[in-house]
Amino acid sequence: MTGLRPDAGEWSHLMRERALTFERRQNMGEGGGWFSRLRAGLAKTRAGLASRVEGLLSGRGGRIDESVYEGLEEALVLADAGVTATMSIMERLRERAKREAPKGAEDLKRMLKEEIAALLRPVARPLALDPPGLAAAMVVGVNGSGKTTSVGKLAWRLQREGRQVIIGAADTFRAAAIEQLQVWGRRAGAAVIAHEPGADPAAVAFDAAQAAVARGADVLLVDTAGRLHTRTNLMEELRKVHRVMTSRLGQPLREVLLVLDATTGQNGLVQARQFAEAVPLTGIVLTKLDGTAKGGIVIAIASELGLPVKLVGVGEGAEDLQDFAPEAFAEALFS
Amino acid sequence: MPETDSPAGRGGAALFGNLAERLQAALGKLKGRGKLSERDVEEALREVRLALLEADVNFRVVKDFLAQVKERAVGQEVMQSLTPGQQVIKIVHEELTALMGGSHARLALSGKAPHVVMLVGLQGSGKTTSAAKLANLLRKQGHRPLLVAADVYRPAAIRQLEVLGQQLEVPVFSLGERHDPVDIARAALSHARDRGHDVVVVDTAGRLHVDEELMAELERMAEALNPRETLLVLDAMTGQEAVNVAQRFNERFELSGFILTKLDGDARGGAALSVRAVVGQPVKFAGVGEKLDQLEPFHPERMASRILGMGDVLTLIEKAQMAMDAEEAQRMAAKLKSAEFTLEDFLVQLRQVRNMGPLDQLLGMIPGLAGASQLKGLDVDEKQLKRIEAIIQSMTPEERAHPAIINGSRRRRIARGSGTSVQDVNRLLKQFEQTRGLLKQLGAGKGSRRARSIFARLFQG
Ligand SMILES: Nc1nc2c(ncn2[C@@H]2O[C@H](COP(=O)(O)OP(=O)(O)O)[C@@H](O)[C@H]2O)c(=O)[nH]1
Ligand SMILES: [Mg+2]
Repeated sequence: MTGLRPDAGEWSHLMRERALTFERRQNMGEGGGWFSRLRAGLAKTRAGLASRVEGLLSGRGGRIDESVYEGLEEALVLADAGVTATMSIMERLRERAKREAPKGAEDLKRMLKEEIAALLRPVARPLALDPPGLAAAMVVGVNGSGKTTSVGKLAWRLQREGRQVIIGAADTFRAAAIEQLQVWGRRAGAAVIAHEPGADPAAVAFDAAQAAVARGADVLLVDTAGRLHTRTNLMEELRKVHRVMTSRLGQPLREVLLVLDATTGQNGLVQARQFAEAVPLTGIVLTKLDGTAKGGIVIAIASELGLPVKLVGVGEGAEDLQDFAPEAFAEALFS
Repeated sequence: MPETDSPAGRGGAALFGNLAERLQAALGKLKGRGKLSERDVEEALREVRLALLEADVNFRVVKDFLAQVKERAVGQEVMQSLTPGQQVIKIVHEELTALMGGSHARLALSGKAPHVVMLVGLQGSGKTTSAAKLANLLRKQGHRPLLVAADVYRPAAIRQLEVLGQQLEVPVFSLGERHDPVDIARAALSHARDRGHDVVVVDTAGRLHVDEELMAELERMAEALNPRETLLVLDAMTGQEAVNVAQRFNERFELSGFILTKLDGDARGGAALSVRAVVGQPVKFAGVGEKLDQLEPFHPERMASRILGMGDVLTLIEKAQMAMDAEEAQRMAAKLKSAEFTLEDFLVQLRQVRNMGPLDQLLGMIPGLAGASQLKGLDVDEKQLKRIEAIIQSMTPEERAHPAIINGSRRRRIARGSGTSVQDVNRLLKQFEQTRGLLKQLGAGKGSRRARSIFARLFQG
């Protein structure tokens, strides 16, 4: 296994990154939990939706008229929830308002958040990588969504929990993708199984599975190359990687995670559908929630496909990976 | 949402699959009915609004845009051959195209060299790949570009650019990860001067527009570099956030344009319209694949059609406008019956296809094809198309009319002439034969079925 300690050069880079992260945190008024960090990040945007919705709600003395509903609807669309999901949520909200007579606009907003949280609660499920046995996972997704980084963060987290992690570098296509993952492997203290650039990704996955079994590792994480879901041949390749891993391990993968960038618009739904058709997705990792994007597309995905959301990425540092929390998520949509 | 198998090219558009019918239901199908009334326009724009939102055009941009369209449309004469709904969409399409920025905007590389092109953007938007592609393009145009690796944050980002530079044989300047990017920028510039590079393409680290620290760092880089072009690299799949991102970057860096990446997917790409609308600068290039030659000039007209995603209606409108269509179809049908569909016809069809925009989108436009399950998973490859075109162009007229005469030595000549391999030529001829065979079988069938088989054949393998 690669040592826990990075080499000298690596180390100074890491230190600087820590310092940067630290500074950033201070600026953001870090107060524990990703929600407060999200808020802090959001607070910086003047053009943010927050003030607009707030304005709409308070400007009319809290009374509920059609414009309040429109404001909430706009907020949902602006969060990328999509027209269809937005319409059906608003429909439910109107019905509920008829039954429960909200006291004012604020109360209505609270109900909306509850509706969204209720919609998301069934899909907020924890990672299924717990002991006993070898827990294997792979990440899939379009280019640049954050797969490699998420694998790195996850390896880091699991190693810190005392699990022995092996990483498979099955992105053999993108230039320097292997090196990128190796840096993460060193950070996490996890061994990285890699072949040459351009090698067959399924062969890498096979070897990684082999190594995980042979070394009695606790967790196997396999990174894959980014691909657009419209590329049939690349989706076929993904199937093969999954098939080879599964058959080598003699059991299904515990997690097949779609890594989705929170800035993604309506195409995210198509991505989820198409990747789910190629490999048996078990959940989503929603990355880059540290920006101003709300990641509302997971609402659309949850309501149409019921695909669980497992983790959220909130930065580029090793510790910036959190479990998905529906209430905080719903709250952040309107903050 | 009942429909889940929306075909490639119309991502998320299932809702609008029968837009033509809905427009008809709302506005009637009577053609050329005098002037557009306010009600006509409003009814039609309601559908357009949904389509634009589904395409990820920003909510507020949609609002402003439609207000503008409405103003222009009310009172306009309806063309004889169109219904009021179609007329409104025709206007929308024209306005969209205009808003997207007329014709293709070029890089402004005038004044004293070296000219700096700085690429900025969020994490994962495609800056590094785009930098390499841009350098490749510039070199093909006779420039001597230098690539600068200034992403010191993402692990192995510098290495990535170095590998790409090696593949392209374009020099890459870097100082490794342990230098301040501002120092890297300065050093790169003097290096470029020393070595006589006329264009410097700088790859910067991805950053969030709200990350004050990194935005300030980028500002210092821009000061050091004094870039001629600052291009925001934007993922075509970006949703409503695109406007905030573009606005923030523009406030601080005076963007000169955009590169829209990952356009080879099926995202409708409404973000392109949003950023154009809020920043006022054009999209200059589009990334259409992972390979390093897959960066193209941006075509506003095609993008407008794609964003609108109303293939069925747009096709109808086009048909109405081009009288030639009907005759052409008849001529083709006659040819099919007599089985004299030649490579020449094949090429004509290809050219038409190429003129009309991205293929996957086009496939979605063909009436009756939008819901065709056969289309699912069809891998449309523009490059392959170009290759086929090159091969047919390398044939003599006689060979095109009578492919049977193309023997081994002719095949070799054609391959040489088109810069392809004999296998490529063989494959094309085989595809052509299969297509012709199929066409014969389907000769009596409907146009859509015929078209489907042509396209399906073309893009297999
Ligand atoms: N701000 C932020 N950046 C992220 C996050 N996750 C990944 N990134 C960045 O997004 C970029 C692409 O990530 P990468 O893991 O290489 O994507 P891949 O192509 O899917 O493997 C890199 O610059 C990462 O540092 C996140 O949660 N927040
Ligand atoms: Mg990767």
